[in-house]
Amino acid sequence: MRFVLNGKRADVAAPPLKRLLDVLREDCGLAGTKEGCGEGECGACTVLVDGAPVNSCLVPFAHVRGRKVTTIEGLRGRLPETFVREGGTQCGICTPGVLMAAAALGPRPTSARVREALAGNLCRCTGYAGIVRALAGSRAAPHPRVGAARGRRS
Amino acid sequence: MATALSRLALLQPRSLDDALRRLRDEGPLVPLAGGTDLYVAFHFGTVSARRFLDLQGLRDLRGIRRRGESLVIGALATYTDLIRSPLVRRRLPILAEASRWVGSPQIQNRGTIGGNIANASPAGDALPVLAVAEATVLLGSVDGERRVPFSSFYTGYRQTVMRPDELIVAVEIPPVEGRQWFRKVGTRAAQAISKVVMAAVRAPRPRIALGSVAPTVVRVPRTEAVLAGGGTLAEAQAVLMDEIQPIDDLRSTAAYRRRVSANLLAQFWSDTARPR
Repeated sequence: MRFVLNGKRADVAAPPLKRLLDVLREDCGLAGTKEGCGEGECGACTVLVDGAPVNSCLVPFAHVRGRKVTTIEGLRGRLPETFVREGGTQCGICTPGVLMAAAALGPRPTSARVREALAGNLCRCTGYAGIVRALAGSRAAPHPRVGAARGRRS
Repeated sequence: MATALSRLALLQPRSLDDALRRLRDEGPLVPLAGGTDLYVAFHFGTVSARRFLDLQGLRDLRGIRRRGESLVIGALATYTDLIRSPLVRRRLPILAEASRWVGSPQIQNRGTIGGNIANASPAGDALPVLAVAEATVLLGSVDGERRVPFSSFYTGYRQTVMRPDELIVAVEIPPVEGRQWFRKVGTRAAQAISKVVMAAVRAPRPRIALGSVAPTVVRVPRTEAVLAGGGTLAEAQAVLMDEIQPIDDLRSTAAYRRRVSANLLAQFWSDTARPR
């Protein structure tokens, strides 16, 4: 089945109801997308489909046919450095999902907008203050501009 | 993952007619829209069905439009579609408001109004809105379209009047006169299943519907009648607490739900006391 993965054409054979999360990790070798709860509560598995954040643990692979899928490996920009500087990352499990959920925000979002955009992302370290600080008003606000994945893994 | 997803079959119809034919001839099939309820059930291993019907490609189930005086919302409209729709925001703003309280942005981008109706949860956030709007559910089958008033769509806990060969095509909403009001009470603002959810319309004959207080989402006609007849708020609250049948469960208790329902009624009544 064909779709666009991080800006590159992809053709992957996988069962239609397999979770997009598992296709990304197992069939595409992109392990940056994490599984937290597996039931759409925690947001750790957030990826973009046609620019919109979704929980990849709840998306059947068949539903991305012909669509653009963006994972943490395809996110470009300086946000990772901003996260390090502001202490936005602690254990790191929630971080890829947080960055992808935030990717739907425009530049220089208010902290209220950041909190709303991240309503579906749980940080088990409860490090929300650093996350919001890294995103709110950030010049390096994430954007869904993507490049090809270069095998960056986490 | 409790359910072995790789062994399940997904039928992908080319059109609504094709989908309805397959529902009749190749059933039983479980329709799949946004998957936000179904995949949670897969995760917990509570799905016994083996074959699924993919609705995602069916254009006839999409779109939000006017038809005469009514608003017609395709079954595949997502909560994000409802939040963004100028038509919904103008004519039924409490549906957009309820959609903002569903899950999270990730869930709102996938979950659909048709799925919320079909899943038949007494806690469905959009359902009290459809109840006070006196919506009609449009069901399709090879025999044609069947129109079911929302008030008679549910027959019991997670039970509906739908036949296995029928599909929710759209929901039709007549013009709503009066001031609209909505509030959901959960453990936290996002990602919470409601403890109590209420939608209401302030009109000469007020309309009030609640979720999570009975086996299905319910209108409360006795409470509405007290308010319509000029009874006091305290009288209406007493009737409401008797009229609903909440239970103790892992999210809340019956006593808390009764108290909060009465409080929400008071809030609705004072918030809408003067026309805007």
